[in-house]
Amino acid sequence: MSIMELNGGSVIAMVGKDCVAIASDLRLGNQALSISSNFQKIFPVTDRIYIGLPGLASDVATLRERFRLRVNMYTIKEERELEPETFAHLVSSTLYEKRFSPYFVEPVVAGLSKLPTSTPESPKFKPFICGTDLIGCLNFAKDFIVCGTASEKLFGVAEGLWEPDLEPEDLFETISQTLLNAVDRDAFSGWGAVVHVLTPDKVITRTLRGRMD
Amino acid sequence: MEVQFGIVGKGYVIMASDTNAGRSIVKMKTDEDKIKALSPHLLMAASGEPGDTVQFSEFIERNLRLHHIRYTHPMRPQSAASWIRRALADSLRSRKPYSVNLLVGGYDASTDSPHLYWLDYLGTLVEVPFAAHGYGAYFCLSLLDRYHNPEANLEEGLETLKRCVREVQKRLIVGLPDWKIKVVDKDGVREINLDL
Repeated sequence: MSIMELNGGSVIAMVGKDCVAIASDLRLGNQALSISSNFQKIFPVTDRIYIGLPGLASDVATLRERFRLRVNMYTIKEERELEPETFAHLVSSTLYEKRFSPYFVEPVVAGLSKLPTSTPESPKFKPFICGTDLIGCLNFAKDFIVCGTASEKLFGVAEGLWEPDLEPEDLFETISQTLLNAVDRDAFSGWGAVVHVLTPDKVITRTLRGRMD
Repeated sequence: MEVQFGIVGKGYVIMASDTNAGRSIVKMKTDEDKIKALSPHLLMAASGEPGDTVQFSEFIERNLRLHHIRYTHPMRPQSAASWIRRALADSLRSRKPYSVNLLVGGYDASTDSPHLYWLDYLGTLVEVPFAAHGYGAYFCLSLLDRYHNPEANLEEGLETLKRCVREVQKRLIVGLPDWKIKVVDKDGVREINLDL
């Protein structure tokens, strides 16, 4: 029994054309026994950054609180909003602080980072996704990031379905189908899903019903 | 082998627990109250390592009482559950972690809504419509999937609970004859004597 597989759950993030999407399942289990079918693993950090935390549910809650504290402290001290790249390094250093008794979580960050040419009148954004392992080794990907108990299956389906420069609605369809089909082959993930698509002017959040068994 | 249930209905939470206290193969006591009233509208059922359950629930009870005295109002169920979760999560990475699993049920008087939280010794917290700890979970979660109704009145809720208790008494290898049942609703906490 691995502590990373105790509660189950999976997260995936994908890059589109001027947008990113992040999605997760909603299961919380205790080994093979399902406790809840409405356990959120994805949390908003700012208006343009979302973080997914698959892994040990206790650490999901602890880290969420910890990141909220650290992001608030940053925003107050620096008097500006945090960029996704900065947040990724904050995640990494928070995890590495506990190098020898780690948090059993593999975070996925998805966000839109402001371009240097961006002005308040015409804001421009670049999609950003990144994943880390449980001790904070960053993995910057240009296409997609998968994590959690269904990660092997997610890799396979995402590899087949993802293509570059998807528009928000197409990206939503791609990430939803990838997640739903991958978690159907995983006993520890599933029981519905939640998808967030981040675009420059809005965040689209939808809850999906998968195979509820 | 301890079994505990929590069920949310229309404006109430039912908490039920067996009342056995034993060690190894010996039954020491059959009227142990494992459901503590933490505040006027909050119940907590604890199971796990015998010493830890008592020590931890008293620690929580005293701290919530302190909060009540300091701020003149009791903690709401959501806040209390989060605080308890943090206490367990901090304890998990200490030298001697508490090995206590909890169900926290409460009635939020400011929003007039009942809440039930499932917590384990790792510090996992989740709000659920019904929950069970111990071997009862394996027997009765499927029963509750079928019969639980969030709109049920107290009588119907207690009927569902009876189904669960009877299932445990019928199929679990250890007989659990005695149960304690408590309810929390807008009028506060009270014990219910049920013919099981």
